[in-house]
Amino acid sequence: MNGPMLDLVGVWTVILGAGVFFYVLLDGFDLGVGMLYGLNPDSTSRGIIMNSIAPIWDGNETWLILGGLALLAAFPLAFAIIIPALYFPVLLMLLALIFRGVAFEFRFKDKEHRGFWDNAFAYGSAVATFAQGTVLGAFIQGFQVEGRQFTGGSFDWLTPFSVMTGVALMAGYTLLGAGWLILKTEGGLQDWARVQGRRALILVLVGIGIVSLWTPYAEPDIAQRWFTWPNIIFLAPVPLASAVLAWATWRSLGRDHHAWPFVYGIGLFITAYLGLAISLWPNIVPHRYSLWDAASSESTQAFLLVGTLFLLPIILLYSGWSYWVFRGKVKADAGYH
Amino acid sequence: MSTDRLLDPLILSRLQFVWVVAWHILLPAFTVGIASYIAMLEGLHAWTKNPVYLRISKFWIRVFAVTFGMGVVSGIVMPFQFGTNWSRFTDAVSNVVGPLFAYEGLTAFFLEAAFLGVLLFGRKLVPPWAHFVAASMVALGTLLSTFWILAVNSWMQTPRGYTVVDGRFFPASWVDIIFSPSFPYRLAHVVSGFYVTTAFVVLAVAAYTLRKGRFPDEGRVMMRMALGFLTLFVPLQIVLGDMHGLNTLEHQPAKLAAMEGLWEGGQGVPASLFGFPDQKAETNHFEITVPKLGSLYLTHHWDGAVKGLKDFPADERPPVIVVYWAFRVMVGAGLAMLAIVGVGWLLRWSGRLYTTGWYLRGLQWAGPLGFIAVLAGWTTTEVGRQPWTVYGLMRTADSVTPSLTGGDVILSLLMYMAVYLLIYPTGLLLLRRIVRNGPLDHDAENDTPVESGRPAQPVVALPLAQLPEGHAAEGHTP
Repeated sequence: MNGPMLDLVGVWTVILGAGVFFYVLLDGFDLGVGMLYGLNPDSTSRGIIMNSIAPIWDGNETWLILGGLALLAAFPLAFAIIIPALYFPVLLMLLALIFRGVAFEFRFKDKEHRGFWDNAFAYGSAVATFAQGTVLGAFIQGFQVEGRQFTGGSFDWLTPFSVMTGVALMAGYTLLGAGWLILKTEGGLQDWARVQGRRALILVLVGIGIVSLWTPYAEPDIAQRWFTWPNIIFLAPVPLASAVLAWATWRSLGRDHHAWPFVYGIGLFITAYLGLAISLWPNIVPHRYSLWDAASSESTQAFLLVGTLFLLPIILLYSGWSYWVFRGKVKADAGYH
Repeated sequence: MSTDRLLDPLILSRLQFVWVVAWHILLPAFTVGIASYIAMLEGLHAWTKNPVYLRISKFWIRVFAVTFGMGVVSGIVMPFQFGTNWSRFTDAVSNVVGPLFAYEGLTAFFLEAAFLGVLLFGRKLVPPWAHFVAASMVALGTLLSTFWILAVNSWMQTPRGYTVVDGRFFPASWVDIIFSPSFPYRLAHVVSGFYVTTAFVVLAVAAYTLRKGRFPDEGRVMMRMALGFLTLFVPLQIVLGDMHGLNTLEHQPAKLAAMEGLWEGGQGVPASLFGFPDQKAETNHFEITVPKLGSLYLTHHWDGAVKGLKDFPADERPPVIVVYWAFRVMVGAGLAMLAIVGVGWLLRWSGRLYTTGWYLRGLQWAGPLGFIAVLAGWTTTEVGRQPWTVYGLMRTADSVTPSLTGGDVILSLLMYMAVYLLIYPTGLLLLRRIVRNGPLDHDAENDTPVESGRPAQPVVALPLAQLPEGHAAEGHTP
């Protein structure tokens, strides 16, 4: 393994890691908003809830495609093993995203079946989130692999642990969604979102707790990484930061803060994400292939990197602009395209 | 035997791919063209200030919102198919085509998504020029998407610029990979085909609008624009199709032979007009041919040499009857389009274009013609590629995910079928409703309540953007 290749894999690890995290964050809050939509029976509130994400959900979901395609291009072996192993969670997620995506337009235009599309939006968001959570759980547990192929069964992913991570992610996205609604709404709806946010936070902390205890218990390697000297000193800031952020989120949900619950919620996701990355490093097919084993050829990674380094800042710029255009509190009054 | 086939993960995976792609392709076939049309209308409105263009644009934006949303969600399904059902293909080719897929996401999807929000919901929030830029960026995004995905497809059809190590493909030249021999022809033929498809939809809606007599100005402008456009693009599309066909003759002779239903190669081959190819008997039943004509249009020479299907081993021939008939449906649709445009001009010269009932009715029926041609053309080229995923190098049978059982795939296929059969007809119904309401300036029933959350006071200047639209005098037709 020579020098430049090492660098490329490292760079792609950062890009893929950041891309997946952007997806989790951005589609996370709008899937969470979708679930909160299901929990709120008031039709005026529902209009505001949906309008708070209507202009941006599509861009948020694009990060899912980027994450998938970056995995395919930069770490194809991982894509070819992991995606078949997750055949049904991926299917569930895709179908749920279809229902939820078309509901944005169909709900307004198919008035006779508005109730159906309302449900499609709420349940679609919930099922997509649950499926992504099981993907996370199954990923942590690892896959049965021989050579370059997944050789397990199509229901190996379904375990109590993956169901737990599915539910925990639903709570996590709901927390982010509540943070978004607090930022974008006012009055009664905002108060309601604060209450939902606290409920979700409790579940999130239970989920983080179970994952943090179960993974080192089940995988001695992970226990060794976290609990041996001197790692324990270097890595201690991650769980400590989690605890502080959890407390800050709880506190700010109870006060007249507009942006902080969302910001602290994001912080909590960052620490949880870092924690998982530390546990699984340096493997991309857990317990089997490292990032370097699964990487595509140097020429492939280099060719894609040139354009990516040029395009990503531009993407962030105009995506940021489109968020800027729709800044401020969402109003209930109707208008049109 | 029949249960084996019924539960064969390979056949089921192919059916599933056909199912999800065939439905998906209908949307880009329309949104690529309509995005450009909307950008053009927004530009014309900004330039001429004629409110007719604005009303037409708003109308198509309503249609676009529904179709684009469906295109996005049915499109997200696609890249995952390569992982879920075609993992051996993915493992083998990702080093070569992976970046092309990723560049589609980076150059196209984000551009479309970010500016779509502004196009749909931001008319009152940004200055008119920014709204026009948003429309143009969405249109550009759809074209870039077409560029990259066809680069991948063309590489699968006519692979170049690679080396093979241990059964996997590695890049040797990126220019050769992206600009493989069939790519320029395929790109031109597809984009032009998508534009023609859209123009026929616009024509059909214009005809409907004129027949109802509710929006005569808008109806006439749409009809004149669409007919003018098609006058140029239908003949151009036929020429591009011919060039693409000659390219296929050079690089994929077995596919070309299947399109022609030509079993016996040689010099001065006939053209088959009609027949039923029989894969096993290696002949066509009930065939009508014209001697030597095949060589003439394929090689531009009466005695030109053309390879027949029998020049290829039986296990390297595509399913001939599918390719043969799909090709004829596509060509038939093209000729019908040419006739429709021709008749349109005859009526226009005699001043009866907007009032001839039977023609307007016919145009309504011709609305889906482009979609039929696109599906038929896509079937021709993709089924014609069989039995390969990478032409001549990797078989479809060796591409499927090994861990899948027939039960897995039949379950997923049934679920995709159920969902698409609910979503697509609903979408179509809603589109019909939008069309029935017509190009109203304010369409309370069909406009999504906005969204904008911008507080009023910090808004920068731009009093023009704040004016209610339709303020100008009643539109006149230029």
